[in-house]
Amino acid sequence: MAEDKLVIAGREFNSRLMVGTGKYADFRQMAQALEVSGAEIITVAVRRVNISDRNQESLLDYIDPKKYTLLPNTAGCYTADDAVRTCRLAREAGLSDFVKLEVLGDEKTLFPDNEELLKAARILIKEGFTVLPYCSDDVILCRKLEDIGCAAVMPLGAPIGSGLGIRNPYNIRIILENIKVPVIVDAGVGSASDAAIAMELGCAGVLMNTAIAGAQDPIAMAEAMKLAVIAGRLSYKAGRIPRKLYANASSPLDGMIG
Amino acid sequence: MFVTVNGNSTEVKDGSSLAELLAHLQIKREHVAVEVNLDIVPKTSYDSRTLATGDVIEIVQFVGGG
Repeated sequence: MAEDKLVIAGREFNSRLMVGTGKYADFRQMAQALEVSGAEIITVAVRRVNISDRNQESLLDYIDPKKYTLLPNTAGCYTADDAVRTCRLAREAGLSDFVKLEVLGDEKTLFPDNEELLKAARILIKEGFTVLPYCSDDVILCRKLEDIGCAAVMPLGAPIGSGLGIRNPYNIRIILENIKVPVIVDAGVGSASDAAIAMELGCAGVLMNTAIAGAQDPIAMAEAMKLAVIAGRLSYKAGRIPRKLYANASSPLDGMIG
Repeated sequence: MFVTVNGNSTEVKDGSSLAELLAHLQIKREHVAVEVNLDIVPKTSYDSRTLATGDVIEIVQFVGGG
């Protein structure tokens, strides 16, 4: 497994766990959780600088951009235009082409507006961005995203922040069988077993935020997620036994006493 | 003159450059991105970009997010 690297747009990563930086009690806790998680790709949001209070600490005071690949998101964008504008600003702020593209459909579900997503992705790819789109768990959509040049597809497991886990593993499997770029489950993971399930299905990685930041002990959960992703990946590579309805004894039937 | 910075009307010296505005607001240029009237201004142009009255300026940074 030494050479089992995740490759996105030609860049290699050792960790298949990607984590967000939102919702932590403070930056110190966030930094510790990131460290423990072993993640190399971390998501950030793009927001206005608070110009009235300049004493606030900055996220980047706690994150070493040399150690982590920053993946700016377009969270909160409901149109392709807003998402594209946010990506351009993110590139200027971070000097990297990687973006997590999300264009949301409504506030209650935070499900993607896939029409706007495709529109934004086309523009951004033309402008040289490496686009990782948060999308529905729909193979037809994922194929379109792949065809226009997205570097990965990131179908949701369940609504953002819901912790409901992988609600439709069969859709994820269909996507995995038909898409060549990395498939990364983004959103919905609640516990370590959810992350392991995503990896056992054969996903290239898992992206999560709330599952770690919202846990009662985020540092412990960060470690649990790290181990779950490793375990799930190993389990996938090892090849599980087929499911059978009836028993199959593990001990020999020959040589019984009496 | 007045310009709008992140939605707030802000008074700056006539003919200020973008670099002067950032210094006035105590914002380090390394970690931000700036739009003036919807156009992104590259960091290398902050000194030469002169502001005009009524300019709409957005200054953004990375914050925690998923």
